[in-house]
Amino acid sequence: MPMTKDCIVLENYPLTAADYSMTVEAGELAQQARPGQFVHVKCGNGLLLRRPISICDVDTQHNTLLLVYQVKGEGTSWLAKLPKHHRVNLLGPLGHGFDIPKGKILVVGGGIGVPPMVYTARCADAAVAAVGFRSQAQVLLTGELEQCCEKVAVISDDGSTGRKGFVNVLVKELLAEDTSIAAVLACGPKVMLKTVADASREAGVPCQVSMEERMGCGVGACLVCACQIETPEGRQYHHVCQDGPVFRAEEVCWDAE
Amino acid sequence: MPNNVDMRVNLAGMELKNPVVVASGTFGFGREYGQFFDLDELGGICVKGLTAQRREGNPPPRIAETPMGILNSVGLQNPGVDGFITHELPELKKHDLKIIANISGNTPEEYGEMCAKLSAAGVDMIEVNVSCPNVKAGGLQYGTVPEMTAEVTRLAKANSTVPVLIKLSPNVTDITVIAKACEDAGADGLSLINTIRGMRIDVKTRRPILHMNTGGLSGPAVLPVAVRMVWEVSNAVKIPILGLGGISSGEDAAQMMLAGATAVAVGTACFADPYAPVKVRDGLAEIAEAQGLTHISELTGAVRPW
Repeated sequence: MPMTKDCIVLENYPLTAADYSMTVEAGELAQQARPGQFVHVKCGNGLLLRRPISICDVDTQHNTLLLVYQVKGEGTSWLAKLPKHHRVNLLGPLGHGFDIPKGKILVVGGGIGVPPMVYTARCADAAVAAVGFRSQAQVLLTGELEQCCEKVAVISDDGSTGRKGFVNVLVKELLAEDTSIAAVLACGPKVMLKTVADASREAGVPCQVSMEERMGCGVGACLVCACQIETPEGRQYHHVCQDGPVFRAEEVCWDAE
Repeated sequence: MPNNVDMRVNLAGMELKNPVVVASGTFGFGREYGQFFDLDELGGICVKGLTAQRREGNPPPRIAETPMGILNSVGLQNPGVDGFITHELPELKKHDLKIIANISGNTPEEYGEMCAKLSAAGVDMIEVNVSCPNVKAGGLQYGTVPEMTAEVTRLAKANSTVPVLIKLSPNVTDITVIAKACEDAGADGLSLINTIRGMRIDVKTRRPILHMNTGGLSGPAVLPVAVRMVWEVSNAVKIPILGLGGISSGEDAAQMMLAGATAVAVGTACFADPYAPVKVRDGLAEIAEAQGLTHISELTGAVRPW
């Protein structure tokens, strides 16, 4: 059951020019959090809408949540300025996260889509990771992934870190060289997710993707975060906050507006 | 909640245990926020807007944040009136709260058909939406021309066995003209305001944030407009008013009642705080108690204009 909680900020510092890492004491909310879920964060008093932020990692021993977020607008700018020991109101845990199968999984992240893959990898029996960034300056969380993955392959758009290219190339190679991988679990921009879904389908490996859309309530009541899904009854708008954020790649209508 | 104040109100013949209901389109059919508090705390629920057939709604983005408000263009995504009666109404009926079915039709006849079905299915009240800004057919057009609003009102009344509220649009020059047309056509009450049409543009991409370009504004930004319109309408008609638009505290609700509302609806406030409707109710009770009132209804229309 989701809840609201005023959480104490234990740490909040920049990882890159635009990305921040925040650890909060979240009590029971941390106990309930599952990989791929998100929290809806109240950012200041002047803004009505909460900001959905994926759960990067969970420490169930100390009841803490790690949230890694990108500063994009007014809300996340406010969040980035929040000092240690202050409180932040979270609503969560929310959404349908990743269904982690038995055996080895391939976690795939692109840019600010990397964070939810950390806890996802940690919860798997075994994991390998493929992560892509625009360039060296945007690299995130590769150290954390190395702690819970057999292998972490890095690629960048400009070749300034790892290889040059896009992450779907890594997905293709990793699936070809290790046929024991049971599933591909991915988060990132929609164009990236589509290429990852294609590479997985070609290799015959099931793929789950974490989608994004402008969100309102976060709990499934206001119906704004629509994502078009292929169903037996035809295409329908499902909702990222409640039915997702994680969907099976084959049910997502990739050509939808 | 203070218990020295009688919170019961009678809205157009329907008794509510307290004057706080939740607004259509912000609360689904109650399941989601029912995880946070017992729905029995509410006076009632205006369910997500229903149409004769299931609707998928508009392409995303469907929401944009604005100063102290939000714009939405959901486009009446809903399971249709039959889907509601089969899958949602039985769940809601397990609770002790009044069920207000919000409906939108493509034609006046469709409004009549939905009223007949919903009355038979046992809802407590029907709220007729003649003011949705986000659909092409019907919706807003029925709420801006007095003759058309009156026609929809007559058909809704003729086909209903429960009280009928007409939900008014603020997107008109003089809301009292429409309000009087509803009263003359037999409406049991009015609810106002629906959202105000608005637009937000991303300066970098030069694209509107909303895929439908424009949408409906709600949230604290619209409260003063809503209070003014409720005041004007309450001075123009005798039928009761469900007041809504930007209410997020007991004080906001008290303003709305002083302006003339018999009951109030809380909507957008839930997105920031799932417990908002309960806090509004408690805040309202505290204000009434501090002012030494016996009945919360003593606030209705008690504004002392200059």
